[in-house]
Amino acid sequence: MTSDQNYNWFFGRLDLSSLSIWQAIQNPTTSELIAAGAAMIVILGAIGAIALITWLRAWRTLWTEWLTSTDHKRIGIMYCVLALVMMARGVIEGVLMRTQQAFGLHGGFLTPDHFAELFTTHGTIMIFFVAVPFIAGIINYVMPLQIGARDMSFPVMNQVSLGLTATGAALVMISLVLGQFSTGSWAAYPPYTGKVFNPGTGPDYWIWSVAIAGIGTTLSGINFAVTIFKERAPGMSLFKMPVFCWTVLCTAVIMIFAMPPLTVATMMLAADRYLDFHFFTNDLGGNMMNYVNLFWLFGHPEVYLLVLPTYGIFSETIATFSGKRLYGYTSLVYATMAISVLSFTVWLHHFFTMGQSANVNIAFGIASMCIAIPTGVKVYNWVATLFRGRTRLTVPMIYATGFFYLFVIGGLTGVMLANPTISYQVHNTLFLVAHFHNVLIPGVLFGLLSGYHYWFPKAFGFRLHEGWGWASAVLWILGFSFTFFPLYVLGFMGMPRRSANYSDPAFEPVMFVALFGATLVLAALASLCVQLVVSIRDRKRLAVPLGDPWNGRTLEWAMPSPPPHYNFAVLPYVHERDEFGDAKATGRAYCEPEEYEDIELPNNTPIGMIICAAATLLGLALIFYIWWLAVLAAVSMIVTFIARTFDLETTHLIPASEIAAEHKAWLARVRAASPITRDAETKPENEGLAVLERPDLMAAPK
Amino acid sequence: MKHPGINLGPHHGTAHDQAEKVVFGFWVFLMSDLIIFGLMFATYVTMTNPVGMAGGPGPKHVFDLASVFAQTMILLTSSLTFGMASLAIRHEQGRNIISIWLYVTLALGLTFLVFEARDFTSMVGLGAVPSRSGYLSAFFGLVPLHGLHVMAGCLWIMVMILQIRAFGMIPLVKTRLLRLGLFWHFLDLVWIGIFTIVYLGGIGT
Repeated sequence: MTSDQNYNWFFGRLDLSSLSIWQAIQNPTTSELIAAGAAMIVILGAIGAIALITWLRAWRTLWTEWLTSTDHKRIGIMYCVLALVMMARGVIEGVLMRTQQAFGLHGGFLTPDHFAELFTTHGTIMIFFVAVPFIAGIINYVMPLQIGARDMSFPVMNQVSLGLTATGAALVMISLVLGQFSTGSWAAYPPYTGKVFNPGTGPDYWIWSVAIAGIGTTLSGINFAVTIFKERAPGMSLFKMPVFCWTVLCTAVIMIFAMPPLTVATMMLAADRYLDFHFFTNDLGGNMMNYVNLFWLFGHPEVYLLVLPTYGIFSETIATFSGKRLYGYTSLVYATMAISVLSFTVWLHHFFTMGQSANVNIAFGIASMCIAIPTGVKVYNWVATLFRGRTRLTVPMIYATGFFYLFVIGGLTGVMLANPTISYQVHNTLFLVAHFHNVLIPGVLFGLLSGYHYWFPKAFGFRLHEGWGWASAVLWILGFSFTFFPLYVLGFMGMPRRSANYSDPAFEPVMFVALFGATLVLAALASLCVQLVVSIRDRKRLAVPLGDPWNGRTLEWAMPSPPPHYNFAVLPYVHERDEFGDAKATGRAYCEPEEYEDIELPNNTPIGMIICAAATLLGLALIFYIWWLAVLAAVSMIVTFIARTFDLETTHLIPASEIAAEHKAWLARVRAASPITRDAETKPENEGLAVLERPDLMAAPK
Repeated sequence: MKHPGINLGPHHGTAHDQAEKVVFGFWVFLMSDLIIFGLMFATYVTMTNPVGMAGGPGPKHVFDLASVFAQTMILLTSSLTFGMASLAIRHEQGRNIISIWLYVTLALGLTFLVFEARDFTSMVGLGAVPSRSGYLSAFFGLVPLHGLHVMAGCLWIMVMILQIRAFGMIPLVKTRLLRLGLFWHFLDLVWIGIFTIVYLGGIGT
């Protein structure tokens, strides 16, 4: 072999020109400098994180307490951290795109290719590495607590799911430094993303980051569904579950059935690119419409996968902060089920203009409009829950208020787009961009952020700072409105989506309004960061160790904050819906059990991190054609997995005496504490113990 | 009945109780996997037409029905022998009998794979490669995917034979064998679909 062949054998197509920083040195345009700057931020961020952990001497803690943990609560928190870090990148990319378009009359500072990379990574990140992990994180943390379980059904698989999701996120981050990410949008339609038009690393980065994370999500779905079916506390029939758990169940079902189409679509695209298959090529019998159908067969249920859990979060926060039972529990459950079934029947509305007959289009159009009905039911449920409640305008309620107004508008424009004749007029314009941001930001993001504020005190034992939370929530609402309502107007004016620049001067002033909105969104994100720092600084004053800061109604509030590793000292017997609320009203709460038992919990294991590291190497090896490394990484994953099955000592016991001591100490603190009224819940007096107000509204109806 | 499919029965104590959760979880996984096969079938069907074949070889030119029939019989028999293994586990007939049935199943699985590999080789010899047409891409997306599953199943049987020797019939080994059984029968079911839709359907039209 010549030295060239040796090099290619060892490094594949990875070379100096793969480095985006090298590209900027060779060709220092604004666009390249921005790309190189982003690469530097990734590198410096990684170095900074390593330095910080070393400085805090936290490596051992990080490894033994977090990365190898199988505790669903720790895994949930790690998911949320991943989501928030990725959200920072996604938001900055969004703001950069708004800036480009504001200055995009006849040009702007970004090349069309760079702009395309931005909207591709923005979409991919926001869906797969912000919304999904944030949701998986909150589900992981909250759902087992709400159903009275000790952990997920499959704790190790849970860790592997996190590892695979992190792999996908890592690949997207690495793409800033090495090679280029795809320019083919988050939907990556072939033939544009095929080998003929796009031989570079871009579509490969997209394929492997999305496919690997997608398998993680499928496994999460299986875990959530089995946990809900098999791990509920005694007495908790399905119709006694909190609504959040119902939405999790429906989301899990969507994960189980809607992620496989994504796996199939990505693997077929990979076969086309790597093995010269002809699933989606222009020539030799390929059919790109198969891709479009497969992708949206995943893609549409996906948006309900994202929004259903946030409906669940709003159901919890609105009931809690109104001091009332949720209005119309049963109708909400059935509406949730209806949405998850309907979500599989509407995928074609993503491509009304791609050649089906009018009859096919109208069938899918009507199915899409039908989704507005169960969604409307839910909105009425929430409004009726507020009615005559003791409503407090805490941060989650600010988000809920924004959600009511904005999400309904987004839903209405959705009904407009469900009409194929209107879709023909506005498809591929900014109207569409405005619509889906209008459902995803108020619907999904506001819900997740309200859940973050609601459950943060449960996870960490102190509340988040109220003032900064207010500022952030108001900025999000205003920022969203100023950014995306102008895009509706631009859409009607005919501005195409995914376009770096334009030649109609009439667009420009509207673009500047949208840019102003984007700066507000950036300020909202900054406020969230400041809030976290301020809250950690003031954690003593904000502490709620007794565990029930909001006068909660569900089981997760019936334990100290943060909860012990084993969750419940003794598994509760569930009598009613809103079990903890009823227990407080009828005097069953905070009782010492007659006896404690040993608790068996899963051991820590490094398997999730090994799989994560190997999968990241596998992804990179495939992207850069380093075949020996791909084989090595794949084999090491299989060997790790099989080796794990030979390990029989996978659990440990926590002795009853230790549990009893901890539980009794907590009960003693509860008895010694002075409970606070709902008016004082955002004040320093709040230690996490609530006065019983309006027991008629807390207890289950008799 | 703790779960659908063959149950260990209450006389197995903790293993029977533990089976409820893990076997249910495995059923859910199989449902998800079945969606993948379903979509591969759908793709295959949409590509089985002159446009998809793009002038390349079609089913009539490349399928060896005798060989495929032999594979079908081998795989069906292997499902029967795995069923015998499951019964031996349920009725506690001892690790030797269980292992023998597993060895027979493994041998049948490997024989199936040899036949399948021979078929693919002869197809390649006839110029029927996935890069030739969309139709052949769909074929090589679907049928070898099943073969890959059979390979994984064979590897799993080998691991379980080792674990029976190393650990004996502990509850974990029993519940793993229950899940392996579901997996093996599932592969049979998918093969029935392949035999009917791909091979018989391809030659019939």
